[in-house]
Amino acid sequence: MLAFIIRRIILAIIILILATMLVFFGMRFLPGDPILMVVTANQQQEFNEEYLLELRHQHGLDKPMIVQYFNWAGDILQGDFGTSILTERPVAEEIFRRLPISVHVAGLAFVIGHLLGIPAGVICAIRRGKWLDTVITTLANIGITVPNFWLGIILMYIFGLSLKWLPIMGYTSPFDDFWLSTKQLVMPVICLIIFPLAGVTRQARSSMLDVLHQDYIRTAWSKGLRERVIVIKHALKNGLIPIVTLAGMAVATIIGGGVIIETVFNIPGLGRLAVSSVISQDYPYVQAISLFVAVAVVFANLIVDIAYGWIDPRIRYE
Amino acid sequence: MAKKKFSGIGTQEIAPRVSEFKRFRRVFLSRGLVVFGVVIILIFIIVAIFAPFLAPYDPYMPDLKARLSQPNSTHLLGTDSVGRDTLSRIIHGTRTSLMIGLIVVSVAAIIGMCLGLIAGYLGGWLYQIIMRSVDVVMTFPMILLALVIAAMLGEGIRNVIIALTVGLIPVYARLMCGQVLALKENEYILAEKTIGASNLRIMIGHLIPNALPTLIVVMTMMLGTTVLAEAGLSFLGIGIEPPTPAWGSMVNDGRQYLLTHPVLSFAPGFAIMLLVFAFNMVGDGLRDALDPRLRGLL
Repeated sequence: MLAFIIRRIILAIIILILATMLVFFGMRFLPGDPILMVVTANQQQEFNEEYLLELRHQHGLDKPMIVQYFNWAGDILQGDFGTSILTERPVAEEIFRRLPISVHVAGLAFVIGHLLGIPAGVICAIRRGKWLDTVITTLANIGITVPNFWLGIILMYIFGLSLKWLPIMGYTSPFDDFWLSTKQLVMPVICLIIFPLAGVTRQARSSMLDVLHQDYIRTAWSKGLRERVIVIKHALKNGLIPIVTLAGMAVATIIGGGVIIETVFNIPGLGRLAVSSVISQDYPYVQAISLFVAVAVVFANLIVDIAYGWIDPRIRYE
Repeated sequence: MAKKKFSGIGTQEIAPRVSEFKRFRRVFLSRGLVVFGVVIILIFIIVAIFAPFLAPYDPYMPDLKARLSQPNSTHLLGTDSVGRDTLSRIIHGTRTSLMIGLIVVSVAAIIGMCLGLIAGYLGGWLYQIIMRSVDVVMTFPMILLALVIAAMLGEGIRNVIIALTVGLIPVYARLMCGQVLALKENEYILAEKTIGASNLRIMIGHLIPNALPTLIVVMTMMLGTTVLAEAGLSFLGIGIEPPTPAWGSMVNDGRQYLLTHPVLSFAPGFAIMLLVFAFNMVGDGLRDALDPRLRGLL
């Protein structure tokens, strides 16, 4: 098991290093000159070549790419993500201010999605073909098709504008005002979980159905065990294996959803910052956010891999 | 090729050969929702092809006298802030969504399939390079990747297509690679090698045809995902340029008038959902008919 974990960690580190390269070189090979954007943004400066060169030098953009990459990577290891081209403030400061907000929203979505999805799928599998199964399966099929931003707008219209039950946008720290914070998060979290929740439910249902048809489950029945024992002790552990794999993907899905949902509900997290800095081509921000996303997804997949090896011993000896 | 007739004991009891196509049709059309999906997709395709004839108004023509009119007999779904007919814009938006979906999914499938085939069949350092790159690209959520690429390349349908294609290629590469790794262990591949078949012949003659059903299933499902992603990009204002009708940007434009004119946002969003739902249902049906082993995985 230890060798397996070490192998996975090394692989994760390699992927992360490659991801930093993709982020860095990708940003530079794509067209669009950020320096020109700054100049046109604050027009008070005289628009001449010398000034542009000076600015490029200031941001280290005149050095060879490879040198720029290693400088950048070295700085990041020391917690320095550079300065924003537009606001000229340290990127790390802004990122760490917004990170807890995104983690709060996305974390809630991840936990609630799995807490609801797994039991829903298991119930569907046990009561296959009954009305509850039909209702949940239909809802899950709709859940994977509904555009999350559109769902957000519908919820806003119903619960925010018409019924006035929930605030339509904004974010408050739960430490400042827990009740307001929770009310503000209800709609964004629903929008974020709808896709992973539907996915987890469908997956849980079909993998439980698979397991429930296995011979050893029939043996358990014939031993006269109670249904609850069979489902929870015998079937669930094997049925969970595919769901664990899906959990890694759910992290990426929720982060991707956050980009849109934070914009819809005006939540000052990393997702909204990603959109606004992509539009203004403030690429130190885009780089830093992409990097955080890569770290989060790689780390989630690492945990999934290790959990997978722990649940299913066959995997360890690949 | 003429089939050899067996003549021996018990041949009479052998069940008649079931036509593969008939079996496919029976399984595929056995569920109501799948049939519903097929019908919806056909309707959308017809709407997309005949959009100029079906749309009651020009989707680009502003009519400032009829700004923000509520749904009525002349404008079935009302008009937007510059007086363009919402229904006509949705009808023309069908073209945008379907075209982008089809191009992205086909191009990504072809490139991804080739990469996966090479990685899976030839193995070695090619496998390492291709599959590690796939891992790396997959660490970024598709919408974020597309967002960054589309923003850097600039607005426009072509750039949206490039951005989404890049995001989708790894999905197919990984899928194809997995398929090929499993397929190449089969004995008939060994037999082909023994009689001296070239790698190219094995890849084109055996591996691709055998992996194709799975790929087709995933392509159908990815059509839905692509339509959703394109709508998301347009919604954020990074996809299609403004005058072109696109469902995602229509939802966003309507947001400002949500309290008084909810239909401006609701209607195009419903179109997105209906199309994605149809693609997913047809994908489910194809999966059951072509490759039931995928049940639960997709």
